[in-house]
Amino acid sequence: MRIKANTNHSTIISRTGGLRPARQIQTNIRKICLFSLAIFFFLPAILVLSGTIISRYELAECLTPLTTGAEEFIAWKFFPRYPTFEHYARVLFYTPQFFVVFWNSMKIVVLVLAGQLFLAVPAAWAFAVYRFRFRNILFTLYVVLMLMPFQVTMLSNYLVLDGLHLVNTHGAIILPAIFSTFPVFLIYRGFCALPESIIDAARVDGAGEWTIFWRIGLPLASNGILSAMVLGFLEYWNLMEQPLAFLEDKSLWPLSLYLPEIHLDQAGYSFVASVITLIPPVFVFLIGQEYLERGIVASALKE
Amino acid sequence: MRATKNRQRLFGSRNAWIWFLLPSGIGVLIFVCLPFLDVIRRSFLTVVTQEWVGIHNYQLIFKNQAFLLAVKNTLRFTAVCLPVLIGLGLFLAVQLSRLQKIQFLKSCFLFPMAMPAAAIVLVWRMVFSKQGFLNLLLNSLHLIPESGPVDYMSTNAAFWVLVFSYVWKNLGYTIVLWLAGIFSIPTDILDAARVDGASEQQCFWQVIFPNLKGTLYTITVLSFLNSFKVFREAYLVAGSYPHESMYLLQHLFNNWFVNLELDKMAAAAVCVGTVLFLFILLLQRFWDQDGKEA
Repeated sequence: MRIKANTNHSTIISRTGGLRPARQIQTNIRKICLFSLAIFFFLPAILVLSGTIISRYELAECLTPLTTGAEEFIAWKFFPRYPTFEHYARVLFYTPQFFVVFWNSMKIVVLVLAGQLFLAVPAAWAFAVYRFRFRNILFTLYVVLMLMPFQVTMLSNYLVLDGLHLVNTHGAIILPAIFSTFPVFLIYRGFCALPESIIDAARVDGAGEWTIFWRIGLPLASNGILSAMVLGFLEYWNLMEQPLAFLEDKSLWPLSLYLPEIHLDQAGYSFVASVITLIPPVFVFLIGQEYLERGIVASALKE
Repeated sequence: MRATKNRQRLFGSRNAWIWFLLPSGIGVLIFVCLPFLDVIRRSFLTVVTQEWVGIHNYQLIFKNQAFLLAVKNTLRFTAVCLPVLIGLGLFLAVQLSRLQKIQFLKSCFLFPMAMPAAAIVLVWRMVFSKQGFLNLLLNSLHLIPESGPVDYMSTNAAFWVLVFSYVWKNLGYTIVLWLAGIFSIPTDILDAARVDGASEQQCFWQVIFPNLKGTLYTITVLSFLNSFKVFREAYLVAGSYPHESMYLLQHLFNNWFVNLELDKMAAAAVCVGTVLFLFILLLQRFWDQDGKEA
């Protein structure tokens, strides 16, 4: 659909033939401007990446103006005099602590996404297929909860977690996140496309409700599920507010809280840790970009 | 006989929704709804003795300097960020929609979404500190003021650093939403306008823009709610007590939580929650109206 719209635009442009050279120049200028702007969005990642191979001494040289308050400015070398992998070696071989934190992050993300999948898909099915009393009120409630920022529900979350003795365990992060209503909303979109007649036909043929869900519903939901997973991964990998509030024990912290704790003296270590933190979400981003975009659009569609 | 009938009533096609919704619904009830009712109750009580104090807590927060500052900053932040983000997003989306291969560019703009705030906090520090990249750039352009370079994190400029990082992070998201809106406009209308000799600008203001009103409402509300997540960047670069120009509601909630001032927190949660609730209902009304027009 989108591609079709796109080609139509272009044919129109070429059809207004007289203006062609001017149009061409305009298009090129537009392209150049957009590309240079786009690079700017990559720059921090490149900066972090280049910082990983600068030796300790050179880094110290470059970064001292930040800490000492000297007159001169920060310096940077995208191509250092003596490139080195010492920082990588340090993170990967001499800092077991880093792995603990890395796996904390992984554990939280994977368990949250798995839990969401189990709960959100059936709930989305219920909202999409059945018409029951209070359906609209319940659905509005789900939408409201999906959009509420953490600060509003922070205290109520804490009260439950405290009651369940979950504060200062990973459960305090994972359990409330599993019941997030956002994936329900995203997956719901996929189910809505299913024509009612198909479900009715299946019922007439004697299929049970569960069979219909399993055989007809699930295959349709795959796009919504993938969107929810991609958006969820990026969100939960970056989670900060909840661990900050509910995890005191530093050995339980995820990467997002651990990284900023590294002092500027250890900039090289910090850069490598940042790069390793970047790898999983960037990987998910690259393979799941189509679903990411669909998810963004679906999250903004009207019912 | 009756048992089977009951069974049918529960497991039959009309009531099967219960079983699909139940697991998720119970969780939502236990983790969100019931405790929020408790929060509402607590907003009328003292913390320790649980005595009924009426609206005392509410009076307290509205006299609280920190709360007023945080509300002011949060409103100011939203008032600055949303127009910038939405306007810039629309501008770029329109530019993109006129090109043909935009997938790569879109990926670039979306890329910050994949960057955890924690991984680039060092970069922000390197850019915005007193001797950082930004001042280096300004220095080479001879734009440094007489009084010496500015430390962006501990002056009023901190607010603008926050605005910048919010826009940087969310621009791609906004562009994708705008593009979806632009591409959903039927091409025949645009074709007709162009055949009639409308310029690109006329096309935009007369045809595209009026068709994007629904998208505009949606983007506004979603960006507003998303803006609460800027706490991450703010906290990472400046800690729990940043420069007062970027002390947001999120900081306040966090600090109240750490200091166990739960009574104020309950009252503030109810207030903020109510305001946001009304906003969300507004969004839903727009969605409904949109649905009727379409």
